Parts: sequence; structure tokens; C-alpha cells
Amino acid sequence: MASLITCPHCGQRPKEEFAIKGAALARPAPDAPQGEWYDYVFLRTNPRGRYEEYWHHVSGCRRWLVVTRDTASHAVEDCRDAAERAPT
Amino acid sequence: MTSYRLNQGGLVDRATTLDFTFDGRSFTGHAGDTLASALLANGQRLVGRSFKYHRPRGILTAGAAEPNALMTIGSGGRTEPNTRATMQELYAGLEAVSQNRWPSLDRDVGALNSLLSPFLGAGFYYKTFMWPAAFWEKLYEPFIRKAAGLGRATYEADPDAYEKVWAHCDLLVVGSGPAGLSSALTAGRAGLRVILADEHHALGGSLLSETAVIDGVSAPEFSARCVEELRSLPNVRLLPRTTVLGWFDSNVFGALERVQKHVAVPAANRPVERFWRIAAKHAILATGAEERPLVFGGNDTPGVMTATAMRSYLNRFGVAPGKKVAIFTTNNSGYALGSDLESAGVALTAIIDSRADGPAYSGQARIIRNAVVTDAFGGKSLTSIRIKHDGRFETMDVDALGMSGGFSPVIHLALHRGGKAQWSDERAAFLAPDDLKGIALAGSVTGAGNIAESVAQGSTQAAGLASMMGKSAAAMSASVEGEMENRPSRPLWFIPDVIGKAFVDFQNDVHRADLKLAAQEGYGHVELAKRYTTNGMATDQGKLSNVNAIGLLAQARGLSPAEVGTTTFRPFYTPVSFGALSGASKGKHFQPVRKSPLHDWAAKHGAVFVDTGLWYRSAWFPREGETAWRESVDREVLNVRSNAGLCDVSMLGKIEITGRDATTFVDRVYANGFAKLPVGKARYGLMLREDGMIYDDGTTSRLGENRYYMTTTTAYAAPVMSHLEFCAQALWPELDVRLASVTDQWAQMAIAGPKARTILQGIVDEDISEAAFGFLAAREVSLFGGKLTGMLFRISFSGELAYEIAVPAGYGESVADALMALGEPHGICAYGVEALGVMRVEKGFITHSEINGTVTPADVGLGKMVSRTKQDFIGKQMLSREGLSHPSRLRLAGVMPLDPAHTFKGGAHILSKGAEATLENDQGYVTSYAWSPTLQSPIALALIVNGPDRHGEEVVVWNGLLNEFTPARICDPVFFDPANEKLHA
Repeated sequence: MASLITCPHCGQRPKEEFAIKGAALARPAPDAPQGEWYDYVFLRTNPRGRYEEYWHHVSGCRRWLVVTRDTASHAVEDCRDAAERAPT
Repeated sequence: MTSYRLNQGGLVDRATTLDFTFDGRSFTGHAGDTLASALLANGQRLVGRSFKYHRPRGILTAGAAEPNALMTIGSGGRTEPNTRATMQELYAGLEAVSQNRWPSLDRDVGALNSLLSPFLGAGFYYKTFMWPAAFWEKLYEPFIRKAAGLGRATYEADPDAYEKVWAHCDLLVVGSGPAGLSSALTAGRAGLRVILADEHHALGGSLLSETAVIDGVSAPEFSARCVEELRSLPNVRLLPRTTVLGWFDSNVFGALERVQKHVAVPAANRPVERFWRIAAKHAILATGAEERPLVFGGNDTPGVMTATAMRSYLNRFGVAPGKKVAIFTTNNSGYALGSDLESAGVALTAIIDSRADGPAYSGQARIIRNAVVTDAFGGKSLTSIRIKHDGRFETMDVDALGMSGGFSPVIHLALHRGGKAQWSDERAAFLAPDDLKGIALAGSVTGAGNIAESVAQGSTQAAGLASMMGKSAAAMSASVEGEMENRPSRPLWFIPDVIGKAFVDFQNDVHRADLKLAAQEGYGHVELAKRYTTNGMATDQGKLSNVNAIGLLAQARGLSPAEVGTTTFRPFYTPVSFGALSGASKGKHFQPVRKSPLHDWAAKHGAVFVDTGLWYRSAWFPREGETAWRESVDREVLNVRSNAGLCDVSMLGKIEITGRDATTFVDRVYANGFAKLPVGKARYGLMLREDGMIYDDGTTSRLGENRYYMTTTTAYAAPVMSHLEFCAQALWPELDVRLASVTDQWAQMAIAGPKARTILQGIVDEDISEAAFGFLAAREVSLFGGKLTGMLFRISFSGELAYEIAVPAGYGESVADALMALGEPHGICAYGVEALGVMRVEKGFITHSEINGTVTPADVGLGKMVSRTKQDFIGKQMLSREGLSHPSRLRLAGVMPLDPAHTFKGGAHILSKGAEATLENDQGYVTSYAWSPTLQSPIALALIVNGPDRHGEEVVVWNGLLNEFTPARICDPVFFDPANEKLHA
């Protein structure tokens, strides 16, 4: 896991200030088929490589972020406010 | 007494004498000594016993890789086992004790293990302790546990302080030898923010043991001048006594600074160790190279050490290794040592060189080329060696032997992030990979063979980084005279005609035959061989042994070392104390304490407090004459039910929700409807997880058109806040909603009981009669004739006529005092969370004991609350899963013993009457249990298969731990006042 995260609001901060929720999946529409909801709630990929996750800057600005990182190299590619980005 | 202090030479201060003890005996050393150099100066060569065979062991190195000289330093809470004597700075009053021997270092019973050595080879654990199975627990494991380990940790608390700090720099330089100093100076002069760390107490690295002349001055003088200049630069921080232990993501390095491990009694206002996390834009590793031992018989005899170590003790500490010395070498390192020994007047018998061609040597010693040492003899102290040359054997009487099997660059840090070491045939060593980002290497860690090359490399690397960061740097060079250039040698893994045990891993007693056996038995893969033989394990992690082991495995399997490869290099480079890792987070600083604004009020009423997460909650309020907690709790319950009581509920989570879309937001996060909640009303809300299970519950009040005041359970205050923030920011960023945690801003108290209204009306200015302030009313109210504004809620967790009043935290105690005074004629009492809990069980209200992550609203009888009309709320879709409405689900019911004199416990399981106690027959379990003073019987809530349809059924409550079977009856979970008459009184 990356040791330093560049929060779009607070700058470079140590990982201890953050909490990780997990995969940054898009929440299905309320009327989406139940299969989509199953996938959203229960199914996770476990990629070696690029991964988008929800991180919460709990001990900082308290904003939810989408951190894109490489699970093998731990390099952080991108970190942005969750509100600014519709998860893919 | 063979090794001794020379009359002159070295960097120790002979004018300062330091007294210390080793195994209770008194010795003296000098300022500048390590414990190891001081022991050698006193002729103490036997310093420990080996791990498995209890062989006598001496000092092998002069640095961090030391596998033998592990000692217990200090006493009482400051006892520290497995300290390397080679790294321990000497101080006055130091107490050192040898390890792994009984009854004494000299006479050690465990040495009998050597006689058993045919049975203790590689994999002996796996082969020996197989059967009979019953022996494992009773015999083998206790035996192994007793025999295992080196030093013993103390059970006493560590009295010292530790701390953790961050540092940021442009350049971190690891190691202060020629390359490290030139890197730091070049970068420092160019204005970069530099940190220079070295694990030794004196900066200078190998220069401190070097006799070459650099720029016209001695090597130690050259290094002193460099250090002096570095010290004068404000942008350079020097960290001696600091081991950089690991390289982590984002170019963050971990480092351990031994701030006060070199004093007898540390100053209380400073830590003994400091754990650094250094965020470096770039780093230069100038970590040098480790000399490899040679693997011949008896190579562990005290008196045998690496040539570099011997040279260091001679040149830096002024300690001669013996009176008749020999050197066994595969490279030029042995000649540098030989020359220095002879210059110091130490008799050098011979240099035994495995090569046919060596450098010219101008000293007196006999040079034997094409020769090997096959064995060393002497037991506790070296007496002779056996040499093979020209097909003949020769025995030579010597009392010290320096050995050099070549150099392994210290590349550990460069591999901590997953890189693989690359074998170089040319260098006969594993080197760091080429594609490193964020770090560069300089000096002998790259295979550089001399000081001038190291200085130039360090300077070039630093200058390159400086220009990358927009600074201009002048390159630095050094002119060096009198240095024996070190060219890599052909490695010598296997020495033929060996008689005795030839050790590869000194710390784990792995000898050559073990590796051969591992390869024969199919454990030749480098990772398997490590586990099978334990080579490369324990405190030194194979710093000396790994490359030799790889060479021997390669030979045994007919491969090259490149094909065998290395085991994985992991942080930490050297062991780190738990104290340093925990830093200041211990004792009362382990975690913060949260005290309610009513804490002092509760304390003065005699509250007994209970830890609830970080909170101290008032549990009950014993009165004079009450001896058991239950007496107090029973009294409090009965008094609330007949008069009134006041309970501190400030620790409930409180979240203020505002914004144009606040109503939509609250409606979506709760499963039940909130859109039609009128202003001035509270509503009980059920919050679900996305999978349909209940997440948390609480009341939320609509204080204004777009203003809500939400309460959560105490335990889930922080998670619910994070959850709401997630919903607002990540799921529905289009909603205009603001969230503020106001838990600490309000003191909140419950006033419950038939006389609650009368008492409360005494401080509330508005009319709070049933007509004016009915059940679930929630409004801002004026208090004490307009002196204060608070929030009043007509909610009840006890089933009584009850209110909760919130006032600004600072007023909490005065308001509680006022209510207690007004309530005194009405018999008010303070009550705690125990009484609160009893009353909620009596009413069948749920807490997180019931909503344990496996229950849906329907499971706890609240299915009808869930909105059928809302288009969306968290958990809606998954709640409709077929299985979640199956009748066999565990659902909430009450349980009472048939005989009120019988008791059971929370967690006990329910069995149908007459059913055997098996997993298949399990009908559910008790979630909450209480003695009800109102009903004069134990009562319980339970999650039972099809519970609501089984009221009246006789069952058995089974406690498998105590093997208790209690006849009981399933009943309605509302034990008291099911019609809620008291609530609406």
C-alpha cells in the first residue's frame, strides 16, 4: 500500500490518516436488475495491477476519494474527490 | 588471553577508562570502544554458545551482521536480549551477560548436543518428532520450546520512552563511508536538504578502519573533516546510531535511531530509541559490502574472524587479534590486513591465498598461494590450523585467523520493494537490479574496488540528483595513497578435505553437510533449503551465510548462483524493538479517553464507570449499604418505574444534517419513511447496509424544514458518520446536504419515570403537557426563564414517560444538578447503563446485541416499518431477496426460565425440549439477558428459528461451556407494559 497519498484537498499525507472501503464500484440504479445488484454488493475482482478504491480521509478533510493504485507495485496513479468522478 | 590492546593506534580514547561487566566479571575499556572491541582487548574471545550444538563462539565481525556475539544487556525492565556486542557502544556501568549456556559460558551442559549432532541435521524436527502423535503436546513441544530461542525477554515493564517521527528531505544518504560522505557533501554544498544516516556511533564507515592516506591526511582525519563540514551546513541533518531498516512505497524509509542506548541511565526527557519515517525525494545507498566467511572445518572457533573485522579491531580500536596470526583469503583484502598487522608489530605467520596469483606483498609473512585452510582447531580458543597446498597438508600453530571469502554488497534496502538481486560473475556477487527508481547506489555496494572510485561515484550520483532538482553541484574527488585495491576474486564455495564441521550459518548452526542433505532430499530450491535447514533465519537473517549457502547449493545442484537465486529480502534490515514500533502509544497514551460532559456529575453521585469503546460510561450508582451491583441496578430500575431517574446519554452519536436536500437524504439512508416527518417530531429510524441487514438504529428529529438531528448508537457513532459522508459524497453528490458530528457539543440526558414531566417542567419554560408536547415531540426549548436554549425530545428507551434533553455541553452538569434538585422531592435517582439495559430488555428494545449484522428488520419484528413506497434507500434491493423472508430464519423472541430461580447467560443456545445438544438441533441463541426486578424473574431476548410463531413453547437453554440445561419458555419479547400505557401516561 502506498505510504503517502496525495489528497486533492490536503496534499501529501501518510496512509494512516485514511480508511479504505474497497472497490470503487458504481451503485446500480434503484430499478436495475437484481443480478447487477448482486454484483455490486457481493462480487469483487482481485486484480494484479490497476485498481480503483474508495478511500476516506478520516483524519483529514473527511472527504471520500477515489484512489487508483497498482496492487502489485503500490504506485498511486490518481487520487480525486469521489464527488467529482462517477465511478466506472 | 590471546587478543590484547596495543599501546598505541586506533580511535579509542585511552585516557578515558570505562568499567563494565561481562557474565559478572569486571572489565575495563575505553571511550570509543564497542562492547566487542572491549571484550577482545581484555582477551575475552569466548562470548557465546551456538544455538543448536552449543559450540563455543567468538566475535566474528565488527558490525551489524554479527551472528555469534549476541548478549543480554542491562537489567530489570531495561533487559535487552540478543544485542550484538559489535554494535553496542561501550559505556561506564554496562552489564552484559552471555546467552544460550548453562550453568556457565565455560562449562555448558548443552554442549552435549554436539554428541547428538548426527541426529540433529537438516530437517530433524520434521523427521524426529513425527510419532507417536500424543508425544507432541506432552513431550516434544515443551522440549523444543525450552531449547529454542537465544536470549530471554524480561517480563518487567520497560521504563523508557520511545518516539516516532517523520522527516522529509531531498536526499537521504545511507552509510557514511567514502561514497556516503561524498554524496552528502556534494548534495549539501549544492543546497539540497540532506539526511545522512549511519548505523554506527561514529560517522566515517570503512574510513575509520582504513590506513590509506586521502588528500594528504589519514583516512579517519579525512572523514572527520568531511563530517565537520557537513555539520556546519544548516541543510544537512546527521543521524549517527541510526539504522535505515526498510525502503517502502512512495520512497519512504524506516530508520531506527538509538538515541540513548549508549548510556547506563537514559535521561527521562528523551526517548531511548526514535523510529524515523523519512520521506525522501531520492536516496543514495552507500551501504558498503559485507565480507563473506570461508567454509572450512572449525571455522567457528573463537579466534577466527573476518579479515575486515580483524582490520577494524586493529586499526580503529587498537586491538591485536592474537600473538601469532594467519590469514586465509580469496582476494586482496587479506593482504591489506596482513600489511596493517605487520606495521602494528603483530606477528603474522602466513597469508594463505586460494589463488595462484596474488598481489605483490612487501611484508615478512610467508605467502602460500594455491592453498586452503581445511580446518581450524582449539575448541574454545584457536590453537592451530591445517592447510592444504600442493597436495600436502601442513599444520600451523596460530592463535588468530582472519578469513575473506569475498564481498557481498549490502543491497538489502534496494530489494525491499520486490526487486530481484542479479548475480554478477565478474563481481562474484549479487548486485542490485539496474532499474531502481528513487534510489541510486554508490561505493562498494556497487562493487567499487577502491576509495577514490567510491568518492567519485557518490559525488557523481549526488551531483546528478542536484541538477535534476535545479541546483548546480561541483563534483568531488579524492587522491588516495597506500590503499590495497580490492579486485573481486573467483569464489571459493567448497573446500575439499575438510575434517570438522564447516559452518555456513553460524547463528543457526547450519553446516555444509546440512545443505548437501537438503539438496539430496529434494529441498535444494533456495526457499525450501532455507526452511529445511533454517539457513538465513533468526536475528541476522543470513547476512553472512546466504551467499555462501547459495554457492554451495549451486555446486550441489550443478547450477550457477544466478540460477539458484536468492531468498526474498524483506524489511527490517536489523531487528527493531517493540518499544520503537509502538512509540508513545502505551499506557495512558495507548488510546484517548472520552469523558461525557456529565462525567463529573456522575462521579459525584458515586458512579461506577465502565469502558465502552473510548468512553467511560456510568454503569450504576451504588448507595450506602449496597454491596452487590445488582442491588443498585434493581433499585434504580424500580425507582425509575415508580418515580423518576436521570441517565447520562451524551455518548450517543449525534449528527446534524442540513441542506436543501436534507429530507431526501435522510429518507434514503433510513429504511423507513422520513419524507413526511413533520417539523418538531422525532422518529425511530432503521439504517440498513446495502445487503439488507440492519446497520444501526436511533432516533432522528426534524428540528426545521431542512434541519435534522440524528442520534446513533454509541458504538456506531463514527462508522455511521463515515457511512453518511460516503452516501452524501460518493453516492449522491448531487444532493445538497451538509453533515456535522455534534456528539461532543451536546450534553444529553434521559429523564424517565412517571414523575419525569413534573420534574422537567421545573426548568422548561414552554408547556410540556401531553397535549402540548406529546409522544415523539422534538423541539428547541427555552430553559430557566430564557437563560438557556436546549433541545427536548419525547422519546423513551425505558418504556416510561420519558424525555431526553440536550443542552450545550458546558451546561450539562448544572442542568443535571438542577434536575436532581428539583426531582429530589419526587424521589429522582441517577441511573446508569446497566439499569437502562434492564429496562430496554423488559421492553424488548434491540441494541447491537441483537442487530449483530445477521438480522433484517423482519427478523427483529420491525419488518412493517420498512417502506414499500420509497423508490430507493440503502439496502432496499438486497432486502427483497427470497431467503431473507424464509420462516426458518432466526427471529426475535423472548425467553424466560420456567423457574425464576434458574438463570442462564447471554450466548447460550436454545434447544427444543428433549432434543440432544447438537449443532443440528440448535434453535438459536440468547442475545441479551437480564434479571428483571419488575417481573422478579430472569428475562432474555433471543434469536430463535421461527421465534415469533413459537410463543409459549417450552424449550431448553443450553450453555455448552458450563454444560447447563435450563428449562425455559419462549414468549413475547415485550415483557413489560406491552400496550405502552406508561409511555403515553
